[in-house]
Amino acid sequence: MKCQKCQKQATFHITDLTGDDLLALHLCPDCAKQYLNTEDAPDQDAQMMSGVLEQQLKPLEQTADDLRALDSKKCPICGISFYEFRQAGRLGCPHDYVFFGDELEPLLVNVHGDNQHVGKQPKRGVRDTESQTELIRLRRQMKEVVEQEDYEKASQLRDQIRKIEGEGNNVD
Amino acid sequence: MTLEGMEGRCGEWLRGSGPESDIVMSSRIRLARNLADYPFIRRCTDIDRANIESTVRERLNKEPRDHVLSFINVAELDELNRQFLVERQLISREHASSDGARAVAIDEEEGMSLMVNEEDHLRIQVMKSGLDLAGAWDHINRIDDFVESRVTYAYHPNLGYLTACPTNVGTGMRVSVLVHLPALVITQQIEKVFRSLQKINLVVRGLYGEGTQAMGDFYQVSNQITLGKTEQELIDQVGDIIPVVIQYERKARDFLINEKQNDLFDQVSRAYGTLQNAQQISSEETMFLLSRVRMGINLGLIGDLEIPDVNQLFIRTQPAHLQKLSRTELNTDQRNVERANYLHRQLKLDGGSDAEKN
Repeated sequence: MKCQKCQKQATFHITDLTGDDLLALHLCPDCAKQYLNTEDAPDQDAQMMSGVLEQQLKPLEQTADDLRALDSKKCPICGISFYEFRQAGRLGCPHDYVFFGDELEPLLVNVHGDNQHVGKQPKRGVRDTESQTELIRLRRQMKEVVEQEDYEKASQLRDQIRKIEGEGNNVD
Repeated sequence: MTLEGMEGRCGEWLRGSGPESDIVMSSRIRLARNLADYPFIRRCTDIDRANIESTVRERLNKEPRDHVLSFINVAELDELNRQFLVERQLISREHASSDGARAVAIDEEEGMSLMVNEEDHLRIQVMKSGLDLAGAWDHINRIDDFVESRVTYAYHPNLGYLTACPTNVGTGMRVSVLVHLPALVITQQIEKVFRSLQKINLVVRGLYGEGTQAMGDFYQVSNQITLGKTEQELIDQVGDIIPVVIQYERKARDFLINEKQNDLFDQVSRAYGTLQNAQQISSEETMFLLSRVRMGINLGLIGDLEIPDVNQLFIRTQPAHLQKLSRTELNTDQRNVERANYLHRQLKLDGGSDAEKN
């Protein structure tokens, strides 16, 4: 068999699984090496998700204002916008699952065929996660006030953070 | 733990034992977990990442230690050593190449690894040789309980374990079985098998995970969805289909033995001969030829080599392992020569297994 890219003897028979369709390739050692080394690994999860999101948002496209409003919606805890999530395919913090709950619900159903967890649960029960989420917001705020050189506010925030962290340590 | 001398040892998943180990290389389960009090990696500051790394390390190292783990600071490793850990499947390619504070905790047998600051704060994985998903789940479930007793996971009563990517939410679990399917490739039936797997929500990937090529006829079969099913259901989803895939591969091997014996024997012998006698050889060609030899051993066409030896060669002929074994930094051309020399030494002598241990 001849190589598909040049006329040399094909000794590599590759099945490429990275695209939507399977691709069978028959290549000589040189072309195979080039192919294997230059192929970039696409982020399959992000690709799939942005595809699903695009479908989901299609009906919204008639009202560009709605889409703009949705895109600029920002999580108060971590500050990620829905637009940024759409672009990256990654969420910013655990609270996003609550804050963007309405938008994520159809996405989850589309991806998983379900929206209810039935598997393992943490043994010590679901503790008060609100204070944990609060820590994310406080640390972010702290960084901002330090950047603004508001040290009085920063020291207040530091005390608040230490207090919650102290409470959290009791579980160990 | 140092990485010194690790190249001479064999990771759990390469032992070449366990059920169906002529076709199933290894069984792997990974869990994605995040700490409740930090943003996901994408929104982490450098300080957040450093704090996550030190918090996890300190809490898991605190006595009493149900599981003894050695932490390796991945950010401080040079590129060669990071690549080395990727080749051993202890860290992902993404973890090797990303930036910022990050670490991996490994147990003595290299049967489990826990990546800190990968796509999620924690990625725990357990690997077993052969087809042993029940054993892998039992092991990783215990490690997960241990970690959970030391840190607070991000968890939602309706959505389960919360992950950076919504495709992993719920159980956060990926079940993967690494299968060697050379006969299905040769008989050109592999695509048909993949299509039927995709129809039942399973994913097929190459040896080193997402987006990698199917090197050496190795394929990872894993679950796609993570929410709305129990861990056991997800394990069964993969575990129930693997025997069917094995059966297809065995049928294809029988066909080759019965109908194409001359061609098959020729291919296996040529592969073995090339590996023994090449003067320079790329890692891709090595994988390709080792795959043929591995099948040849399983079909009784090669008698003087054992499966664990070949499994070792798959790993030890890869770029970082080769350089660690020869204790020299080598460029691509030099590696191709050294790889040929190494194969020559390992395969030329009678009883490759004895030479392997030196």
